[in-house]
Amino acid sequence: MQKEGDVRIPSGCAISGIFSRSGKRISGESIVRSIAPMHDRSNGLGGGFAAYGIYPKQRGLYAFHVFYDSVRAKAECEKIITSNFDLSAAEKIPTRRIPEITDEPAIWRYFGLPFKKALEDAALDEREFVARFVMKVNTQVRGAYVFSSGKNMGVFKAVGFPEDVGRFYRLDEYEGYCWTAHGRYPTNTPGWWGGAHPFALLDYSVVHNGEISSYDANRRFIEMFGYKCTLLTDTEVITYIIDFLNRKKHLSLEEAAEVIAAPFWSEIDRMGEKDMAKYTYLRNMFSSLLITGPFSILLGYTGGMMALNDRLKLRSMVVGERGGMVYVASEECAIREVEPSLDRLWSPKGGEPVIITLNKGVEA
Amino acid sequence: MPINYNVPEYAVVRDPDRCIACRVCERQCANEVHSYDPELNKMRSDETKCVNCHRCVALCPTHALKIVKNPDTFRINGLWDNETISDIYRQADTGGALLSSMGNPKKYPIYWDKILINASQVTNPSIDPLREPMETLTFLGKHPHTIERGENGEIKTDNLPPQLKLNVPIMFSAMSYGAISYNAHESLARAARELGTYYNTGEGGLHEDFYKYGPNTIVQVASGRFGVHKDYLNAGAAIEIKIGQGAKPGIGGHLTGAKIVGDISRTRMIPEGTEAISPAPHHDIYSIEDLRQLVYSLKEATDYKKPVIVKIAAVHNVAAIASGIARSGADIIAIDGFRGGTGAAPKRIRDNVGIPIELALAAVDERLRQEKIRNSVSIVAGGGIRNSADVLKAIALIALGCHLCRTCQTGRCNWGIATQRPDLVKRLNPDVGCVRLVNLVSAWQHEIMEMMGGMGINSIESLRGNRLMLRGVGLNEKELEILGIKHAGE
Repeated sequence: MQKEGDVRIPSGCAISGIFSRSGKRISGESIVRSIAPMHDRSNGLGGGFAAYGIYPKQRGLYAFHVFYDSVRAKAECEKIITSNFDLSAAEKIPTRRIPEITDEPAIWRYFGLPFKKALEDAALDEREFVARFVMKVNTQVRGAYVFSSGKNMGVFKAVGFPEDVGRFYRLDEYEGYCWTAHGRYPTNTPGWWGGAHPFALLDYSVVHNGEISSYDANRRFIEMFGYKCTLLTDTEVITYIIDFLNRKKHLSLEEAAEVIAAPFWSEIDRMGEKDMAKYTYLRNMFSSLLITGPFSILLGYTGGMMALNDRLKLRSMVVGERGGMVYVASEECAIREVEPSLDRLWSPKGGEPVIITLNKGVEA
Repeated sequence: MPINYNVPEYAVVRDPDRCIACRVCERQCANEVHSYDPELNKMRSDETKCVNCHRCVALCPTHALKIVKNPDTFRINGLWDNETISDIYRQADTGGALLSSMGNPKKYPIYWDKILINASQVTNPSIDPLREPMETLTFLGKHPHTIERGENGEIKTDNLPPQLKLNVPIMFSAMSYGAISYNAHESLARAARELGTYYNTGEGGLHEDFYKYGPNTIVQVASGRFGVHKDYLNAGAAIEIKIGQGAKPGIGGHLTGAKIVGDISRTRMIPEGTEAISPAPHHDIYSIEDLRQLVYSLKEATDYKKPVIVKIAAVHNVAAIASGIARSGADIIAIDGFRGGTGAAPKRIRDNVGIPIELALAAVDERLRQEKIRNSVSIVAGGGIRNSADVLKAIALIALGCHLCRTCQTGRCNWGIATQRPDLVKRLNPDVGCVRLVNLVSAWQHEIMEMMGGMGINSIESLRGNRLMLRGVGLNEKELEILGIKHAGE
């Protein structure tokens, strides 16, 4: 059977996110509890989490999480890492042996910064250097897969139901100000850990529920700009699109959302002159990055989280608030499970981004 | 009279019980096939002159006429078929090159018929175009690499090079005034305006009556430079440099002196009755760097306010040529496949030169992406697209009544399209022509929207380059590789 990357596999899914505006660090136990009631939205073939603020002691260092299929893959990958990065730690990611999770690869993490000399030689800024390193390992080292590469954040994912994946990775032992979770319902059985979600590049992580119809138009466009879509999943291409628009083209996240889930021309026609010019410009300029078909995504990044639905809202997604806490999920039950009494609960409109950030002065 | 070796291609079948000898067929036929015999009060026909344009059939009030393939035949031979033998006799008679028109009619593969479209089932929803917005609007033009911001951080929207806005991704392909009639041009211009798209003047200049349709007009500059002057360049929404044409790659054009009459002579800026000969190459473009100079000359002449299109015929090396054009400053590349129409082309060239638009388009798109310049140029395809996203001459012609008789070069078009004989021209009523064109394109737009909705796509821009939505059927590995699609079932 072809695995992820050899073939495009549509998936249905569940997503959930928890964010503390005050920066209060929450145990991973909450997000596991939140995703669990949506058990039937996944089928045991993929679950995962992204957590922000979990490595405060190494906050200035890139944390790489890597899957290895073989000893050779680990040796090859580490050769590249050690020649490019000044590492302060290399360790196995702690896991809990449970019967529900099987066939795990070797799972390692590394903390470090690029060597100054390597950066100067490459004449790249630090983030671009790291992004290219990740792309290189994932496309060139067979059996090695970097699935997390940001600072003070980490992705944890596996083949299994999300609540089991959470226990497997001992998430109750981590604390972060932002958590996102994903339960996957792929339409066949790739059984590859790298194919689970979230998908991450640098500190951007995306969990997504949907199946976009614009996929190949988006992929073939973004691949002109140094990205290589190796998994053939929506989540991968959406992450690259956001990285491209936000990091490389310096669009704000709101503007990026206006490209991805652009207003209809019929809406633009009703706008004032200035808005009309702006939206027309963005739609024309980045027409190949419009995403059509159903999606609901949660984008995690340092200091914030964005929730976004496709412009027709073809996937369910609700947002709840209680004090400084914000919850986003595919279904209300996932929110009520961890916060039964909410100040406010609403369903954002299609194409309307909900951006939640840490309060002013709070350090990520 | 010398012996005519040839067998007429078609036979005129007249039902004597129905024919009332009203002589409509005689009046309608510019080829003079029909005649009246007063002694017998009977219609007669000379089928050696018949081109099977169906004018008489359509207008016969008693439906007495049928044009059928002439069952008479030379001795049957797998190698030497009737057409091949006839061509030999015709050339032995005249010593001339064979002329024909329309695009390549031979049985080469039609890839469109071997590509199937996807639809949504279960994992994502199809979208109902009757209930949800379904967008067919798109732009053609270059995109800048960077976003610029003003003092307050707002995005500056004025750094975009000139663009063409299309409400529907279909344009009318180039047909010159002279090759086709005034009424045909008027029909195209009015339909383009009503549809929110563009028609193309072709290489014969722009009649002064049609300057008012300028915002929906693409003005062409071809190797003969007929009718090109500063006001003409500034009159349209875009300028097209025509390098080649799918029906006759590598050669120029020839509009006979018989068609250079009255307004056509004035519009083309050449004396009445002169032969309008477009050279095979542009004599100021012998290489790609010369093209760049012409592109920028035209941009200078129009103050950088008009996008410049470069139109080429689909030939073997089309991907590399397109890549060169993309770097020459052109905003849009138009590719014309070997099925593309023409008002006159040497038959051997039409039937043997060039490649299918499907393969050319796939190859160009992929090459420009590999070279990372696809975003700086738009692609327009034409030449053998019979019923879908882009347009070509045949759309306009079929809608106007063209019956594809492939004898435009004779100037005796019974439908009033490819002719300048006033009695024939007036048969095409621009009011009716415009409505028929608008109807056709609107119908195609509806069909496109239905198919998009089925795929779960609600903007034409998300379909562009979306090759996963296509599958091949009955194609070999190499064809699939060039088209960049998988086989059905994969």
